[in-house]
Amino acid sequence: MRSFRNLSFWLILLVVALVALLPTLADSAALPFLTNAATMRENLFLLLMLVTLASSINIIMGYTGYVSFGHIVFFGLGGYFAFYLVQTYSVNVLLAALAGGIGASLIATLIGIPVLRLRGAYFALATIGINEAMRAFMNNFDPFGGALGMFFNYAVYDSYGGAKNAGELAYYAMIAVTLATIATSFLIKKSKFGLGLLAIREDQDASQVLGIDPARAKVIAYAISAFFPALAGAIFFFKNGIIEPGIAFDLQRSIEGLVMVMLGGYGTVTGPIVGAVVYDRLRSALITSPPITLGSLTVNLSNFHLVVAGILLLLVVLFVTAGFVGWLRNRFPAVRRFLE
Amino acid sequence: MTASHSKILQVDNVSKRFGGLLALDRVSLTVAPGEIFGIIGPNGAGKTTLFNVINGVYPPQQGRITFRGEDITGLSPFKASHRGIARTHQVVRPLGELTVRENVTVGACYGRENLPLEKAEQVADEVLDFVGLTARKDMLASKLNVAQKKRLEMARALAARPILLLLDEVLAGLNPQEVADMLTVIRKIRDQDVTIIMIEHLMHAVMNLSDRVFVLDYGAKIAEGTPQEVSNDPRVIEAYLGDPQVARRFMEGAG
Amino acid sequence: MGLSTLFASSIDGLTLGFIYGLAAMGLTLIFGVMRVINLAHGPVIMLGMYTVFVLTTEMGMNPYLAIVLAVVLGLLLGVVMYFIAVHKVINAPELTTLLATFAVNLMIVGTATVIFTTTPHAIDVQLPSFQVGPTTILGTRIVAVLIAGIVTAALYYFLYRTRTGKSIRAVANNRAGAELMGINSSVILGLSFGLGTMLAAVSGGLISTLFAFSVLSGSVYETKSFVIVVLGGLGNPTGALLGGIVLGVLEAITTIFMPVAWVPVIEYVIFVLILLVRPTGLFGAR
Repeated sequence: MRSFRNLSFWLILLVVALVALLPTLADSAALPFLTNAATMRENLFLLLMLVTLASSINIIMGYTGYVSFGHIVFFGLGGYFAFYLVQTYSVNVLLAALAGGIGASLIATLIGIPVLRLRGAYFALATIGINEAMRAFMNNFDPFGGALGMFFNYAVYDSYGGAKNAGELAYYAMIAVTLATIATSFLIKKSKFGLGLLAIREDQDASQVLGIDPARAKVIAYAISAFFPALAGAIFFFKNGIIEPGIAFDLQRSIEGLVMVMLGGYGTVTGPIVGAVVYDRLRSALITSPPITLGSLTVNLSNFHLVVAGILLLLVVLFVTAGFVGWLRNRFPAVRRFLE
Repeated sequence: MTASHSKILQVDNVSKRFGGLLALDRVSLTVAPGEIFGIIGPNGAGKTTLFNVINGVYPPQQGRITFRGEDITGLSPFKASHRGIARTHQVVRPLGELTVRENVTVGACYGRENLPLEKAEQVADEVLDFVGLTARKDMLASKLNVAQKKRLEMARALAARPILLLLDEVLAGLNPQEVADMLTVIRKIRDQDVTIIMIEHLMHAVMNLSDRVFVLDYGAKIAEGTPQEVSNDPRVIEAYLGDPQVARRFMEGAG
Repeated sequence: MGLSTLFASSIDGLTLGFIYGLAAMGLTLIFGVMRVINLAHGPVIMLGMYTVFVLTTEMGMNPYLAIVLAVVLGLLLGVVMYFIAVHKVINAPELTTLLATFAVNLMIVGTATVIFTTTPHAIDVQLPSFQVGPTTILGTRIVAVLIAGIVTAALYYFLYRTRTGKSIRAVANNRAGAELMGINSSVILGLSFGLGTMLAAVSGGLISTLFAFSVLSGSVYETKSFVIVVLGGLGNPTGALLGGIVLGVLEAITTIFMPVAWVPVIEYVIFVLILLVRPTGLFGAR
């Protein structure tokens, strides 16, 4: 595939990999000025997860034009499958994650066949319904712990050399998943399949006249877009040692993923990455900012990130629909070749 | 690329109803390979509906469509495309956020030959040259003007290397020079052995270009024959009496 | 479990369903007039709840008087929301307005969380209960249904008997045509949006007199509204009302047989199924 000959493909992966490996380099004293490697690792872990989620949402939303509001359902499903396998059958976490990913893709295919027949807003609403139904279901599903969820007996980490080693394994696994997601996103965009998806997004009926089978292409895209969040979920909950429906199927996170895609630029490879970084940094800044006192009222900005998300989303939707990267590509056509 | 059948397309007794409205009333016609077959008729006569039934946008309630000997009635549009039927739309449908080249590449990728991406891009470049859009190949399709969009629509259909090309009012909204340019392109297409069915309102164009003409009014055929025969047919003149310009043209011997 | 339980549950479901239907009418009205799905619907319901809360606890106002104020505030909020978030993109594809109203949703919920946090709140409304056959009906329920009924009647009167109401129906039917008749569609659209949010706010206010609530409650009732709107047919206010009652009764009866926690699952599944199988709703979309 000629993407492998494309410079920007390797460039993007390299940049992401380097940033992700900063804590490791700090640990090995290669970069002595980075002192807070542990915190950095934690922050980057979450950031990588968000990049994975946003890039995956971009495949079904940015390329195909189907806005998956409830996409987090695959994150939760992957998390639950893998958690169960690791805890009950002592399956290696990497294998369990893969199983979770495949399981999520299968479910996406089954659900996708009927649900992707819906257009636009109806599809978006249906995905919310699916996520909420899944969450309510897991709340009642006792084999998976019901409302209380499941949590690890710390002995689970022994086979990985202890909790700290397990955490490191999770970190590198997440890097791998993120890089795989970005690579897949790039490959799709530059492929015949991806061109078909873009055509579906622009005008589904016209794409049919041109010879594209939209039903098939959409389901494939949906299944691919479900795989990576499931892997990320599996790794995330393995590392945390606890999973419950409210966190696994957190609609808010899903929506934040959507905001990241719109912010950075839907339909591009780098857009979701940029959007995730900007949004995450903004949210961190808000959460850690000290309370503001206005007269007798003390306002804690830590919960303000939702408001900021809303404002950003509205501004993007009203004024810069293409998002940051999209705007750059439109304004400076020369950049198009490098900034996919 | 000549078909090995005496008829490329056969429409048998096709009727299409929308609720209470009978859009097509037992329409039958035959198109021979390599000819330019014109379809004319007043507004609302059912011409676009006929195209929609032929390429599978919706199935007829009654009747049969046979393409190169195969019954394709009700086959979905993408399957019709794979068999070699391409079409343009009356109101153009460019893939706006994609470049001109990408638009045409889609046609080449997913059309009859089902080409891989690199091959398709080569075909796209050839077709863009054929229709004269090479200079704009990296422009976003949404930024083109009407005439260019029509040429893009045509290029996209051609990139699929169709056997049968359905053109729906491809000259509407063009100024005389643009019309002349488009007519040249259509003739070039016919020279490549592509069979063309064209719906047109521009009388002098369709009468000049077509080998045979079919006239629809209120969903039913009212005349069929050579351009000469049709323009002298009193039923046709009467159908167009609502359009005095056209009627006058007929009376004066159009063409 | 006898007939009396069934009867009691049905009355329960009927009354609640009417109030749910009121909110759903707001959602379907907006969709019917301008084909916009207002994803800020839930937060507006929540604002209705908190308006009543703040007015009754901070200012000692009578809750039902507070609801009247919620009507006015709901209307104003909707008009403002329309002109800030929706007007610019009213002709854009459906997804754009979906995202725009969703952005407003985030802003409202976020602000409310900052002010009220996510802890539950409640207001105390003291009213006598009534004995009807084998069951006891709470006074608060009766008053809530009465108010819902008045609001519904007023809405129908407005839409069918006043000039502005007819303008709204004209714009819903054919915007371009209505403009040719001299109707200022922007004003009408803004007003319609305001009406929709007003209904949501009133419904929220009424619910606050019945149950406890939090800043996250909006999403629960928003889902119910979506299910109802899809049941009743998008754009069909009467369908929304009937759909609300159907859902209310369904909910009430289901809780007899199943633990309460399963009710959301059933609702969401119904929602998705109807979207797939009969998108025009049980009563037909307009």
